[in-house]
Formats: sequence, structure tokens, C-alpha cells
Amino acid sequence: MTNAVEQKNLKVIVFQLADKEYAIPVSHVKGIEKLMHITRVPKTARFVKGVINLRGVVTPVIDLRERFELPIPENEETTRIIIITLETMEVGFVVDSANDVLDIDSESIEQQPEVVGSLEEEFIAGVAKLENRLLILLHLEKVLNPLD
Amino acid sequence: MEVNQYLEMFIEESKEHLQACGEHLLELEKNPEDLAIVGEIFRSAHTLKGMSATMGFEDLADLTHKMENVLDAIRNEKIKVTPEIFDVVFESVDHLEEMVYDIADGGDGKRDVQVTVEKLKLIESGETAATTVAIAPVEATQKLETKVDAANLKLTYDDFEKTVLLQSSEQDFKAYEISITLREDCLLKAARVFMVFEILEKNGDVIKSSPTVERLEEEQFDHEFYVAYISKENAEDLQKMLMKVSEVDSVEVNEIHQGVFTQSATTHTHAEEQVEVQVQETSVSTTVVPEPAVQPVQKPQATNNNSKTTVHASSKTIRVNIERLDILMNLFEELAIDRGRLLSIASEVNHGELNETVERMSRTMGDLQNIVLTMRMVPVETVFNRFPKMVRQLSRDLNKKITLDVIGAETELDRTVIDEIGDPLVHLIRNSVDHGIESPEERRAKGKPEEGTVQLRAYHSGNYVFIEIEDDGAGINRDRVLAKALSRGIVTHEQSLTMTDKQINELILASGFSTAEVISDVSGRGVGLDVVKTTIESLGGNISIDSTQNVGSVFSIQLPLTLSIISVMLVEIEKEIYAIPLSSIIETSIIRNSDILNAHNQKVIDFRGKVVPLVFLEEIFEVPRKEMKEDGFHSIVIVRKGDKLAGLVVDSFIGQQEIVLKSLGDYLTNIFAISGATILGNGKVALIVDCNALMK
Repeated sequence: MTNAVEQKNLKVIVFQLADKEYAIPVSHVKGIEKLMHITRVPKTARFVKGVINLRGVVTPVIDLRERFELPIPENEETTRIIIITLETMEVGFVVDSANDVLDIDSESIEQQPEVVGSLEEEFIAGVAKLENRLLILLHLEKVLNPLD
Repeated sequence: MEVNQYLEMFIEESKEHLQACGEHLLELEKNPEDLAIVGEIFRSAHTLKGMSATMGFEDLADLTHKMENVLDAIRNEKIKVTPEIFDVVFESVDHLEEMVYDIADGGDGKRDVQVTVEKLKLIESGETAATTVAIAPVEATQKLETKVDAANLKLTYDDFEKTVLLQSSEQDFKAYEISITLREDCLLKAARVFMVFEILEKNGDVIKSSPTVERLEEEQFDHEFYVAYISKENAEDLQKMLMKVSEVDSVEVNEIHQGVFTQSATTHTHAEEQVEVQVQETSVSTTVVPEPAVQPVQKPQATNNNSKTTVHASSKTIRVNIERLDILMNLFEELAIDRGRLLSIASEVNHGELNETVERMSRTMGDLQNIVLTMRMVPVETVFNRFPKMVRQLSRDLNKKITLDVIGAETELDRTVIDEIGDPLVHLIRNSVDHGIESPEERRAKGKPEEGTVQLRAYHSGNYVFIEIEDDGAGINRDRVLAKALSRGIVTHEQSLTMTDKQINELILASGFSTAEVISDVSGRGVGLDVVKTTIESLGGNISIDSTQNVGSVFSIQLPLTLSIISVMLVEIEKEIYAIPLSSIIETSIIRNSDILNAHNQKVIDFRGKVVPLVFLEEIFEVPRKEMKEDGFHSIVIVRKGDKLAGLVVDSFIGQQEIVLKSLGDYLTNIFAISGATILGNGKVALIVDCNALMK
């Protein structure tokens, strides 16, 4: 997120996927839900898991592991759906777990991700070094578009 | 002034006022002598003028002002109403409507109305001399204590109010401005206001108040308010009577000098008017008399007339954004789902009091559901209202005599349907007027009354609303329609042999049936009626035509009560549940494997003599299946699109249900063969099958 990078202090939600830590600005997060029944929607991209009933609103859900072409583990107790909003879109991300809110100093954010060489690279807005942790900031627009 | 937030309200209200103008004009045309109607029109126009000036739409305000002048002259019987005047006024209203629609579309409401303005001016100036004569000074009957002149007036008056005050003085009434101050510690201000008004109304008429009556009732004022008042009582008595109301601190009764009005009424400039309007905001319409128990005996004819025009019930409604209603609906559904869970928990626990509570809650929720659903309903009147004017104009243009009967305008429909149904109806009514009803000569030759009738009616039936347009015109010429349809290749010769009259009539709704040149040639109907058909079907409704030659035609439109709730058939494929709209289902049936035939690599069945292709939803939707199910039988749902049929193969039927339509959101758009989703009683999402996409 370019505008996110410009801010001095960035509050982010941190979540795990495979064994890496990712971050989404809090301003885009509407809520974190436990895994619930997902209705498959036919003829959509592989990573679109389907739709859920989010308090009366039918909300699409994307499996980020599928999106990043990571191996799929069995769903565990910690699996969460992070509901994000982007412009008029409201989408859920299935992640391995989500349990942290952090303040990142925008100084510590680096634009060029050198650490990763996989498909997820194109979805990355930057990386933040935090003591001995490495947070990958997601580029939400790119994760959601294009819908191939 | 920050106007944007009021813009929507302004547009809505302007439309309403213009609607009212149009309606009353039509009424007035029937009873040109009834000046009370002119008053009504004047009031609508005046409010519109005030609103548009406040909102900064000068052109709109200006044209309304010109129209208002003409209306004023009519009301004061300075001009006799003639059809020509009506035409000009109607023309003005049309222009005003265009302007408002332009504003609604984001425009600035500007429009070249020079010609109309000239016409209005001509009408008005034709009587200028009379105007001045009429407002010539009246003999001075008052000799009273306190008189105020223009500079000391606490209230501002528009032409209308001035006229009322003036007329009343001609009838030996006195005009007063009364200022009433309540005690600082007054507890029930509204009650005191009410008492003051009660006394005033027993002895005369309140012309206006400041602040407005609504604000007074809501206690939105400090401790002082003013009223303009006409009465036969003298100032002193009035003052004493009003002082009797407890908690009134002081009452000052000032008689208004007539000269004030005669002067300013004649030397009224536009600029003044503008300022005035902005100050008064809602002006005349706010002079509502709160207590209708006025005693008519005490009032002479003239004021009686005028007060009648000012009394109109303030409607107890509020405008709510439809999105908020959607949110309410969502919340309600959440509640409904939780109720389902509670019900099942209660039945497991089997605790007496719990059961009782859950049961009561269920009942309340049922009532609540009804309310939530009916909140989106709007009377179809809002659409119907524009047609009388349209028919009048059309019949004048075409030199025909036509009356439009509107029946059942109070029938309610979902707001979303109302918004969409207007254009198709315009189309159909135009058709009836233009091509259905014959010319007066033709009608006479056929032995019909010269005046044709178009009836527009709406009524409820079951879960549907029917809107019908019936005319007593020429009807549809079956042979010509058929000949045209054959020549255009819409039907084959073989098909035509088995078609019923009704089916032939409905051919005029087929796309490609009509082009401009054949309209008058063929029975005359069919100007792009396919568009009408498409719109109505997109609303989940359908249209049918009945017609008898030389007797007339009936176009009947069937619409669902609401778009947000539809009846569906729930079906199961493996573990997945899909909803198929009942509107496209013809029937369900169970067939044997052996009933399935192969034709051109397509599996088909013989359904009542028709070859119907089968669509295996399992394949279309790529349903993951653990093991093949094979018991020799298939459950199929026969669905229809136009006159094409298809059989959807599913695992099993769950049953019929009313569901609330949901969109899939902005992220998932254009999913093949899925038109939306719904939430089932167990909280899970089920997808709605778009049958139209499954048939080519």
C-alpha cells in the first residue's frame, strides 16, 4: 500500500501464512472471524473459496494460500477469516492465524522485497523489519485484482 | 449555504409539488370556476419557488415566479381561464419538470424557457390595468389605537398572504400582528401555544406564524412568537383574551395598516420576492391551522375560501434512505437466524419458560418482519400521477377525445419496482392512446361514443401486483399481426396454425416485430414493445395481452410485490443447496434413466410431446462428487425462458421457500448462471440459479 507507507506510524494486523508473517493496515480490516461454513461458488477462480454469511451480508472469501500458491494444510483451530474492505469491495481472506496488532514505524519499511522469490512477490507492497521479525506488507489491490 | 445534503430532499419534494400542480391543473380544467383549486396550485408553485431560490436554482425559481403571477391573476379573477392559458401553464410545468430532472441528473437546472416566459408575461400583462384597479385603496375603516407601518412589521408576507389580509379588510375584518411572549419559566410551551391558537381560532383566522406552527409545536422557539391574524374583535379584547392563558408574559396586538399591503403588493419587485422567500422557507404551506375546529359562521366567504386552501394535513412520514432499510433488513435476518438456533436449543433443553419466551419472540419477529418488509412499499400513485397530464397532452396533439380513469393508485409496490415500472407504462399508455383509441369520427362510425376511455388500474392478488391498461379502442388486428410476424420470420407457418389469439396478440411484444414504417399499417401497435416486455421480465414479472377487434385491448402486467423476496425451489446437488426461482419453473418431475434420449450429442427428454434438453447442474456447477449416485432415477426441474424449455437435473428437491435476495457483492460479478445468493435458515449461504443463462 503506497499511501500506507507514507504514514509515520502504521497500525497493522499481523497474520501467519505458511511460516511467514504478513501485515494489513488496520484501516482496511473490518473484522476477524472464526472459520465458518463457506458456500462454494462455481466457475470462479481457484483461490475464491466461496461466500460466507457475514451477519446477513453475503461476503466472498479468498484463500490466501491458494492465491499465493502455497501448499494447503488442513484447516486448524487457529484458521481465521480476515474481513477487509477496499473501496466498495468487502472480501474475506482465509489465513492460518491472526492474533497480533502492531505499530510499524514507516522508516522500517523497505520497498524492495529481496527475501522472497515466489509468486507472492507481486502481491507485496513492502517488508518491515521489526527486531527479529520480518513482516510482509500486502498490496491489497493486487491481491484482489486481476481476477484471473 | 451547504446545499448538497438537502439536494435529494429538494428534488423529491419538487417532484411532488410539480405532480400536485399537474394534478390540480387537470382538475381545474374540469371545473374552471373552482378558485380553491387555483389556490392549491398556487401553493405548490409558491413552495417550489421558495425552495429553488433557497437552493440557488435561479432559472427554476424565476419561471415558477412567472407562472405564479399568472395563477395569482386567475385566483383574483383578473384573468378568465381559457384552454390557451392552460396550455401555457402546462407547458411551464413541463419545463419545470425537465429542470428538476436535470438537477436530479446532476445538471444545473438551466433551460431555455424564453418562449414560455413570454407567453406567461403576455397573459399576465393582458390584465395589468385591472390589477391596479383591483388593488386601489379601500376606504379606511380603521381608526384604531396602534397601527404599524411597513417598516415595523415583524413578519414578512408573500403576495398570497397579503391578498388574504387585504381581502379580509375589505370584509370588515381587521388584520393584526400579534406578538406573544411566554414567561421565561414556562414549562409547557407547546401547550401554551396550543391554547393561544385555540383562542385565536375561535375569534378569527391565523394567517401565518413565526416561527412556523410545526416549530412552535416542537417547542423550537425561545419565548416569543408572532402571528398574523384577522378577526372582527378589537385589539384590546384580543389582548385581554390572550393574557388569560397562564404563563403568558405579555401580548402585544398591533393592527396592520392596509396601506402597507396595497403599496408593496403593487410595487413588488422580483428581488424583494427572493429575499422574502428565503426568509420564510416553506411559506404558505406552514400556515397550517393546528386546530380544525374553526367556526365557519364567523367567517365571510372570501376568507373561508382562502383558509380552506391553507389547511392541509402535514403528513406524518419521514424519508429514509433505502440503504438504511437494507441494513435494517440484514440485521433482522441475523436475528431471524439466531431465532432458528434458539428454537432448536429450546427444543433440546425442553424448559417450559424458555420455550414460552422463544415462542413469544418468534411471534414478535413475525410481526417485525412484516413491518420491515412493508416499509419499502410505496403506493403506485407516485408513478400513476404523471399519466393524466400525459394523456391530456397526447389527446390534444392527436385530436382525439380520451379520458383516463385511474383505479387503485393506492396499491403498494416495492420502491425498486416503482422506479423501474414508469417507462414501460408510459410506453403502453402511449400505445393505447396513439394507436388503440380511434379518432372521434371513426368511433362515431363504429357506433361508439366519441370519447374513448383508457383505464389504468392496479390491484393486489396473492404475492403479486397487477397493473392493467384497458382501452375501448380498435383492438389488435389478428390477421395483420400474424402476416407481419410471418413476413419478419418471427413465427413459421406451421407454428402460426396452432397459435391461440392470445399468443398472436402477444407477438407484438416480440423483438423485431415492429419498425417505424409499419406502425400505422399493422393494427398500429408495437412501437418497440419488446423493450417493455424485457423490462417487465427483468423485474420478475410478465405481461399478457387480451384484445378483441373493435372492442378494445387489455395489457396486463403482473409484478412481484417486492424484488427483495422471491419464491424459490430449493434443490440439492451432493451436499450443495441451490435455489431456483419459482417464476421460471414450470414443474418438477422424476424420470427414469430410460426416459433420457440422445439427440445431437445432447441428452433430451420427451416432455408432454415436446423435446426438452436436459442440463445437468452437477456438470455446469462442477460439483465435487465423492461417488457416483446411480439409482436409475433423476429429479428434474422443468424451467422456461420465453417459450423455450429445459430440464435441470438435480439430486433431490428440498421444497418451496420464500427467500431474501442478496447480491454477491462487488468482488464477485458476472458469475455464470448464478444471479445472486440468499441466506438459509441455518445461516448458510445458498446460491440462486439464473435459469436464463442456462438456455440460449
